[in-house]
Amino acid sequence: MKSIEVKNLTKKFGDFISVNDISFDVYKGEIFGFLGANGAGKSTTIKMLCGILEPTSGDALVSGFSIDKDPENVKKNIGYMSQKFSLYGDLTVNENLNFFGGIYGLEGSILEKRKDWALNISGLENKGNILTSTLSVGFKQRLALGAAVMHEPKIVFLDEPTGGVDPVSRRKFWDLIHEISDKGMTVFVTTHYLDEAEFCNRIILINAGKLIASGSPAELKEEFIESTVLEIICDDTIAVTELLSDEDYSQNVSVFGNSIHLILKKKYSENSEELDIIKRSISEKTGKQDKVKINTILPSLEDVFLNLLERRE
Amino acid sequence: MKIIRLFINKEFRQFLRDPKMFVIVLIAPIVQLVFLGYAANRDLNYVNTAVYDMDKSGKSRELLRDMEGSGFFKFNDFTANYDDLEKALDDGRVLCGIVIPDDFEKNIMNRRTADIQIIFDGSDGNKASIASGYILNILNNFSSEITAEIQERSGLKRSLAGMIIPETRVWYNPNLTTRNFMLPSIVGLILIIITINMTSLAIVKEREVGTLEQLIVTPIRPYQMIVGKLVPFTILGFVSIILVLSVMRFWFGIEVKGSVTFLFVCSFVFMLSTLGLGLFVSTISRTQQQAMITSAFLVIMPMIFLSGFAFPIDSMPEAIQYLTYLIPLKYFITIIRGIVLKGLGFSELWKDLLTLFLMGAAILTVSSLRFRKKLE
Repeated sequence: MKSIEVKNLTKKFGDFISVNDISFDVYKGEIFGFLGANGAGKSTTIKMLCGILEPTSGDALVSGFSIDKDPENVKKNIGYMSQKFSLYGDLTVNENLNFFGGIYGLEGSILEKRKDWALNISGLENKGNILTSTLSVGFKQRLALGAAVMHEPKIVFLDEPTGGVDPVSRRKFWDLIHEISDKGMTVFVTTHYLDEAEFCNRIILINAGKLIASGSPAELKEEFIESTVLEIICDDTIAVTELLSDEDYSQNVSVFGNSIHLILKKKYSENSEELDIIKRSISEKTGKQDKVKINTILPSLEDVFLNLLERRE
Repeated sequence: MKIIRLFINKEFRQFLRDPKMFVIVLIAPIVQLVFLGYAANRDLNYVNTAVYDMDKSGKSRELLRDMEGSGFFKFNDFTANYDDLEKALDDGRVLCGIVIPDDFEKNIMNRRTADIQIIFDGSDGNKASIASGYILNILNNFSSEITAEIQERSGLKRSLAGMIIPETRVWYNPNLTTRNFMLPSIVGLILIIITINMTSLAIVKEREVGTLEQLIVTPIRPYQMIVGKLVPFTILGFVSIILVLSVMRFWFGIEVKGSVTFLFVCSFVFMLSTLGLGLFVSTISRTQQQAMITSAFLVIMPMIFLSGFAFPIDSMPEAIQYLTYLIPLKYFITIIRGIVLKGLGFSELWKDLLTLFLMGAAILTVSSLRFRKKLE
C-alpha cells in the first residue's frame, strides 16, 4: 500500500530550480531513505511533503491526501522533525510534550501514556522538569523524535535527524527509528551518512533537484556497480589514487580513509587470471610508492553514489 | 479553543522564564513614567535675567522691583555696560536681558514715552515666548500705574474706565503643569511598546529558532496561532496600564476623572491596531533585530512624532497634519487625555473611538491575512 505518492513535484525559487520534476512512491511501514548532497533539494522536498512549502507545480498524496488541496488533513497524519532542533528551549521537557501532544488533540490518560513513552525513548525518565535548552544534542534529538511521533502519525518525516551527534547516539537513534517502524509508522528520512542509508528498506538519490536512482540498497549496488570493487590499503592514498586513475582497467577511484576503493571496468570472478593480472599490475605500479594490500570487496552505497555522481559530471 | 488555551499557557510560561521581558513589561513603564513625569517639564518656573540699568533712578528701581516681585524673574546679573549683558546672554547664563536707558525716569516725568530694551535668547522659542508674556504683563501693570499716577497728579480721580481686565480660569489642568498633560499619554506609549515591539519580537523569535516551522506542520490553524500570540500581550498591556495608572494616581496625584472601565475599553480598541501592526512587522522581518529596528523606526517613532504626543499637531505644516489622521495613537491620546483630565465619556469621544476601532479592524485583518499567507 502506498503511503506517499509523489507526482512530478517541482519547486522553483526565482530562477533556481530546487526540486526538478521528481516522482516516487513510499510504501506503508517502510524506512525510506532520501539521499543527496547538501543543496540537492532534500529539505525542500520534505518541506513540501509536510505542507511547509507550496510546490511550484506537481502534487503529492501523503497518506492519501493531496498536499496541494488538502494540507490540513496531511498535517493530521504526519509527524515532522526538522534538522534544526525545534522544541521550545525555554519550556521544560514535560511542558513541550504537553504542548505538542495537546496540539494533536491528545489528552488525559492517553497523553500521559504517550508522554511516558516519549520520555522513555529519549532516556529522560524522571527528568521531565528540566529545561529543554539544557539537554545535550543527543537527548534533544531523541526528545524531538518522541515529540514528533507521540501522536502516532501514519508517516514520520525526519530531516537529517542525526546531524552533529556522536556515533553512539546515532546508533541509538536508528534503533528508535526501527522501533517506530515496527509500530507500523512509515519513516521518511533524509541523511547524508551513507552507512545510515544501509539501514533503509528503500532509498532514492537526488542530485541538483533531479532523481537519479532508486531502489533497495542491495538493488542499487547490483544495478549501478556491475563491476568488481577492489579495496587497496596503503599509506599515501592520494598519490596512489593519482597513479591508478588513468589506468585502462579503472573506472573510478575514490579515497575511503586510509584505503582506496577502485571500481574496475568489468566484473571479474574471484581468483580469475585477469583479476590477478590487474592486482599484480597495481602492486607493481605502486610498489615503489608504497606497500599495498589488495582485497576484493562488496561495493558499499558510498561506492554506488560516488560512482553515480561522478558519472553525471 | 483548547488549542488556543494551550498556546496562551505556553506563552505565559515562556514569559515568566524570560527576565528581560519581565523588566520590559513591568519595570520599564514605571521607570518611564517617573522619568517623564519629572523630565517632561516644559513649565517655566523663573527666568534668569541680566539687567543693565543706565538710569539708576527711582522709577527704574521700581520697575525692577515689580519684576522681581512677580517671582518669574531672577536677576542674576547687574552689568555695568552693554557688552557684559551681551556676554551673559551669549554664555547662556541668562535667558533675558533688560536695558533701561538713562532717560527712563526723565521721560516718564515729562509725560513722554519711555523705552526699555528687552533681549531674549530665542534658541528655545517656547521658553522665550512664555518669558516675554510674563514681561508684557508686568509692563502693562506698570504703565497703567503710571497713567493712574499722572491722572491723580492732574487732579483727576483714579479710574479704570475703558480698561478691560480679563478674569482667566484654566480648566482641566488648573496649574498649567505639562506633566498632567503628558503623563496620560504614557499609557499609549507603553501599549505601543508592548503590543507592537514585543508581539513582533515574540513571533519572529519563533521563526528564528525554528519552532514556527514545527508549528506549521501541526494541525494548529493560523487563527489559533494569531489569537494565542496576541491574547497574552493584550493581557500584559492591561497589566501595565494598571501599573501606569496607579503610579500616576499615587505618585503624581493625577486622578482619572472619567470612567476607568471606559478607559480600559478604549485601550482595548487601541490595542487592536497596535497588535495588528506588531503582527504586520513580524511578517516583514526575518530576524529579531530586523523586527526591532522596523518596529522602532518605521512604526513607533513616526507614531510618537505625529500623534501630538511630542509636538502639537496644530503647529505642524498642513500636509503633515493630514498625515496625522493615519496615526492611531493620535486618537488614543485625544481619548485618554479626555478621560483622565476632562472626565469625558462615550458621548464626547465616540468619533475618535469609532475611528480607532475601524483602523484597528482594518490593520488586524490585513496583518492576519498576510501572516496566514506567509505560513502557507
